[in-house]
Amino acid sequence: MRPGDDPSPGLVAVEDHHPQTAAVEDHHPQAAATRLGPTHSGQAAETAGGSASRHPIRSEEHLLTARHAVRAATLDVGFTLVDQTRVVTAASELVRNAYIHGGGGTLTIEVVRRADVRGLRLTVTDHGPGISDLDAAFTDGYTTGPGLGHGLGGARRLMDDFRIHTAEGHGTTVVATRWTTPP
Amino acid sequence: MTIDEADARHHLCGALREHAEYVADRWVHLQKERAALDAGLTEAQLREEADVLVEQLSSGLHGDLAADRLVTAHAGLRQAVIELSLRRARGGAAPSATALAVLALKEALLEAVQLGTSDAASLYSAALLINRVLDAAGALSFATYVEGREEIIRRQSRQLLEVSTPVVQLWDRVLAVPLVGTLDTSRTQVVMENLLGAIESSEAQVTIIDITGVPTVDTAVAHHLMQTVNAVRLMGADCFISGIRPPIAQTIAQLGIDLSAIVTRATLSDALGAAIALIASPVSRTIPVAAR
Amino acid sequence: MSDPANSGVPILRLGDVLVTGLLDELDDKAAMAFTEELTQRIVADRATGVLIDISRLELVDSFVARILMELATTTRLLGARVIVAGMRPAVAITLVELGLGLPGVATAVNAEQGMAVLGWQRHPGSQAAGREAAHAPWR
Repeated sequence: MRPGDDPSPGLVAVEDHHPQTAAVEDHHPQAAATRLGPTHSGQAAETAGGSASRHPIRSEEHLLTARHAVRAATLDVGFTLVDQTRVVTAASELVRNAYIHGGGGTLTIEVVRRADVRGLRLTVTDHGPGISDLDAAFTDGYTTGPGLGHGLGGARRLMDDFRIHTAEGHGTTVVATRWTTPP
Repeated sequence: MTIDEADARHHLCGALREHAEYVADRWVHLQKERAALDAGLTEAQLREEADVLVEQLSSGLHGDLAADRLVTAHAGLRQAVIELSLRRARGGAAPSATALAVLALKEALLEAVQLGTSDAASLYSAALLINRVLDAAGALSFATYVEGREEIIRRQSRQLLEVSTPVVQLWDRVLAVPLVGTLDTSRTQVVMENLLGAIESSEAQVTIIDITGVPTVDTAVAHHLMQTVNAVRLMGADCFISGIRPPIAQTIAQLGIDLSAIVTRATLSDALGAAIALIASPVSRTIPVAAR
Repeated sequence: MSDPANSGVPILRLGDVLVTGLLDELDDKAAMAFTEELTQRIVADRATGVLIDISRLELVDSFVARILMELATTTRLLGARVIVAGMRPAVAITLVELGLGLPGVATAVNAEQGMAVLGWQRHPGSQAAGREAAHAPWR
């Protein structure tokens, strides 16, 4: 989702923006299934670049090394400077969330491609309490001070594709992708 | 794999092994013959391309991959086909160029098989096999061609956007961006990047966005303008908006868009005057606390 | 408040203005130490202005934004003005897209302009001329 596509913040529905899949994530707490399976199917000709790296998120130092790793990956993929900043900032938000609200977790960085276009996929998983009110988590807590609320809305605006799987008591997984050229 | 297919594969492998040069030569010749394939490629380039493709084809056929998956699953072959297509796309060739190139390759391959056998059944199997392998190449090359052209179009659009949104230095520490045309998402990106970069390098204190050439201002355009203004302010410069024509002013008022936090002027020269006055008495740019 | 906190980030005094900067590798502990040291110095040096140079920051996320806003509030409460100077273009663009902004924080394009706002001039004589030009009528 590029900024400007939807000027109103606090969108509730979390959608995949590939026209082929049109998967709308149902985030009612009752539907607790972790739907990681369908994430990649149905997307035409999308392949992993084969270079996936996993990073633990269990300490303050890990937050720093995670940022460095993401920055290095954005350079490999060939993002512009502004896009690099977007991706690293989104990663910083997501990773901090996992650390503070999720009790720690893992970051996976993957180079992906779709036809001739390269992109970077960030997967942040934690096994914390999960998010019971996704609507609130996406509503910007920024007017009442950043660092409050989960701040997921911001990270979502910075990335092209954004999917979240969460349920109370089951932890949270966020999969966010940014492409070098708009899909 | 049926006996026929195994047999055909054997013949084809043999033909490629013994007549690799012939296949490459023949293919280049057929492409040149059909002027429709002209894509600004020299014969030397065509020949080099042919050698690579023949080699990859040979390598692929020797392996275990099924014929119809060969082109997509064999990394080297897939890459060779993609490059063939991109080369023509970038050269500005007609869309049919890639497809015709693949068809010409089929012909050259079949001719090479004929050098090794004249048995009708074998030739027929070989033709079927060649079709199975290269039809996938045709599909892949077409898809790649389209993506290649779209990438070029995107790049050219971007370049056009950059040229049409110049940032000019009107005065010491005063920059101006005359916007012409509508302010959509992509143009906003270009404007922000250009303008903020110029602020950094010229240490500007005031920027003026002139919207005389913007035909309509709706909520989306206003949103993009606000984003640009906010980014400029975060950097520590002021951002004025000039060139608000009476109908635009009315529309903005009717839509209830709140631009009260921005200094606005009807003309660029008025805005320049305000900018110069502001610079003479340095005040810091404080972002107003957002109203709840 | 016996031992002055030391966060490792230099804080210089120029007249009654404190000049400091933020570097990229800021974690929770360092941020707290920095805030403590800065507030101690504002009081100890009777500073009326604080310039925070962020031109080295390649990243401002919600954590850093919160620190900056808290620093601004704390400084104001202590009676000093604070200017955050030198935000990089890529960072500014990302911040607005993130939806953050820095409400209530004064900014300047670079340290020099920030210092000018806090009362420092490169050419002291021109200050009078500047003020006069400001009185020229403009609509």
